[in-house]
Amino acid sequence: MPALGADMDWGIVIEWLKQPGDVLSRGDIVAVVETQKGAIEIEVFEDGVLEEIKVEPGRKVPVGEVLALIRGAGEAAAEPDVVPPPPEEPKPVTAPVTTAAPAIPVQEGLRISPAARREAERRGIDPAAVAAGPDGIIGLREIESAAPAPPRAAGPKGLDLDEMRKAIAAAMARSKREIPHYYVSRTIDVSLLMDWLATENARRPVEARLLYAAPLLKAAARALTKSPQLNGRFEEGVFRPSGAVHIGAATAIRGGGLIAPAIHDADTLGLDQLMDKLRDLVARVRGGRLRSSEMMDPTVTLSNLGEDTADAMYPVIYPPQVAIIGCGAIVERPWVVDGKVVPRNLMTVSVAGDHRVSDGRMAAQFLNRFDRLLQTPEAL
Amino acid sequence: MTDDELAELIKSTLTGVAPDIEGEEFDPDETFREQFEIDSMDFLNFVIALHKATGVEIPEADYPQLQTLSGAIAYMKSHGKGD
Amino acid sequence: MSASTLTMTYRDAVREALREAMQRDERVFLMGEDVGRYGGAYACSKGLLEEFGEDRIRDTPLSESGFTGAGIGAALGGMRPIVEVMTVNFALLALDQIVNNAATIRHMSGGQFSVPVVIRMATGAGRQLAAQHSHSLENWFAHVPGIRVVAPATVADARGMLWTAIEDPDPVIIFEHATLYNEVGEVPGEGNTEVDIDRAAIRREGGDATIITYSGSLQKSLDAAEALSGEGIDCEVIDLRTLRPLDDATIIASVAKTHRAVIVDEGWRSGSLAGEISARITEQAFYDLDAPVARVCSAEVPIPYPRHLEMAATPQVETVVAAVKGVMRR
Repeated sequence: MPALGADMDWGIVIEWLKQPGDVLSRGDIVAVVETQKGAIEIEVFEDGVLEEIKVEPGRKVPVGEVLALIRGAGEAAAEPDVVPPPPEEPKPVTAPVTTAAPAIPVQEGLRISPAARREAERRGIDPAAVAAGPDGIIGLREIESAAPAPPRAAGPKGLDLDEMRKAIAAAMARSKREIPHYYVSRTIDVSLLMDWLATENARRPVEARLLYAAPLLKAAARALTKSPQLNGRFEEGVFRPSGAVHIGAATAIRGGGLIAPAIHDADTLGLDQLMDKLRDLVARVRGGRLRSSEMMDPTVTLSNLGEDTADAMYPVIYPPQVAIIGCGAIVERPWVVDGKVVPRNLMTVSVAGDHRVSDGRMAAQFLNRFDRLLQTPEAL
Repeated sequence: MTDDELAELIKSTLTGVAPDIEGEEFDPDETFREQFEIDSMDFLNFVIALHKATGVEIPEADYPQLQTLSGAIAYMKSHGKGD
Repeated sequence: MSASTLTMTYRDAVREALREAMQRDERVFLMGEDVGRYGGAYACSKGLLEEFGEDRIRDTPLSESGFTGAGIGAALGGMRPIVEVMTVNFALLALDQIVNNAATIRHMSGGQFSVPVVIRMATGAGRQLAAQHSHSLENWFAHVPGIRVVAPATVADARGMLWTAIEDPDPVIIFEHATLYNEVGEVPGEGNTEVDIDRAAIRREGGDATIITYSGSLQKSLDAAEALSGEGIDCEVIDLRTLRPLDDATIIASVAKTHRAVIVDEGWRSGSLAGEISARITEQAFYDLDAPVARVCSAEVPIPYPRHLEMAATPQVETVVAAVKGVMRR
């Protein structure tokens, strides 16, 4: 079916004027075809014999479809597979054609996109410290995976909560997208801990009193020194355990923000020091005056946001960390001690782990150790 | 101190610890946690500041009495700070 | 599908737009090669000669410079002519009339005269019409102050842009891509079919990359976006609709959101409209960019005749997909 107009897509054969076996000369009209422009006569451009009609009258066929076969002088009878197939969609060249350009000198220095540079500044990250992608470029993707977004460091007025929520959203979405989470939990009898704390606080002046978060952080940090698979960073497909335990203390911000800045070397600090650090961190979180090292350094996070609220938490890991410990509220419930049912203070602790790096057994071992440490609070 | 003066003291002490609640209305009988999301760290800082401002000793066992504005006022009065 | 839409081809939409214009304003007439007895090289004016008569549907001699000049003169004299130049390839012969007369008369007369002419042209490649009949020279016209240039890529725009163009007191050039005439689409069934000629349209929303295109490349861009969404890349596709003036605001807002831009333009890369748009993005959204602006244009060759070479020389779905993956650094 020839294209009888620039924009013709199809035609209908109305009538064949020659039959198979007829001798054809160049210029003979062999068929009449109906198109959008009206009925048009089809000529042949070769001498030969009309061998076979492929399209009966009345059928609408696209431009390019074979209508009939003509055997030229001296040719053998056509075999079906000798017929050229209707034109297929040619595969276009996939690489865009470029002209040969003169050699462009290799750039010196950082190859970072403007958007990435701006984002790095916003997050307080030094772009020179960020690993480039496989193509040698630092783009938004590299900045976003360099550290979870810190809040916009503002003056005493406070934080940009919208920006923080966006950053949390991005980090949490990434976490759930990339990290295969598994969960292990344990209900711990913290009666001993709470009694010890009450006694301690009763004999301390008010400004020296401890919140129970302090022994939780200390016990978790010490237990983690024996659980390297839960303490470190997973970046660029590789897990690097951390020698030190920099525990992120999840701190809520009024208005809906959440942040977990690091308490460095928490396993080595005394409870009083931990308490002071925690107080200082919380104050600076509320005032938006955190340091970038506090944002970038956590090797694990502990969230005690369950206090007074939920029995158990199912926390989400902050990438590039590989675990998070969630403590539920301390509740008074029946428990069995020495064969008798007694009321005790209980706290349900959940560990979420990155299944690429650790498994339930390791998390359970951590919880075991954590529990035992909390039973001897005076030794913390 | 009068009840009003005590109320002002308690409000300003709490606001000093949590500046972002500056200007908020206080429901005298709702807990600070419910109204302003005051958590245990905030509360401890509040107790410390209250102690510094009034000299009143506040044992941990008494914390539950200080969770609302009216409770805090009553506590202060019963510890010698009322008129 | 709402009850108050009609389905028709792009060609039918152009014809309906012509018919409506002739009915609404008696100063409107159509002139060009084969528009009358033949019904239009692309059948866009089929039946109109019978309906409106020889005075209003005027077959012209084969002389683009002559009849375009006559159309400009008629417009100066108070008519509302629609000059049909069969394709942009032949408009080269009328370039002097368009650039030196139509575009300048308002300026050179100190505002005393305007030229309310509408010039319609078919454009583009894809039909194996070879090097002299496959040009995409929209950018040459978009370069010239004093005229507006629009490119309806959808049936609704083909139906609705003409009247708006006729109402414009200054020259408007309408580019109809030759591969679009058989496309089927929807137009409003009742009420207003007019559309603006000021703004670009977002034909598909997305957050990862912005594809900016016009005319015959719109469908390829949408098909590329569909293919890319299967790989988790979410493209926003902008149909420019107006090539002069360009709708900077829509383009920049999108690039600020996605941080990556790919411009698909059937013109040759060097000196292309895509280059102009890329410069504007650099000027107005530099700090939002995560990758250099990419262009998918025609190869630097006269457009080839055999189909497979013609396809290799012009933008295709595969090359648009590859360009988007490039700016995504995938």
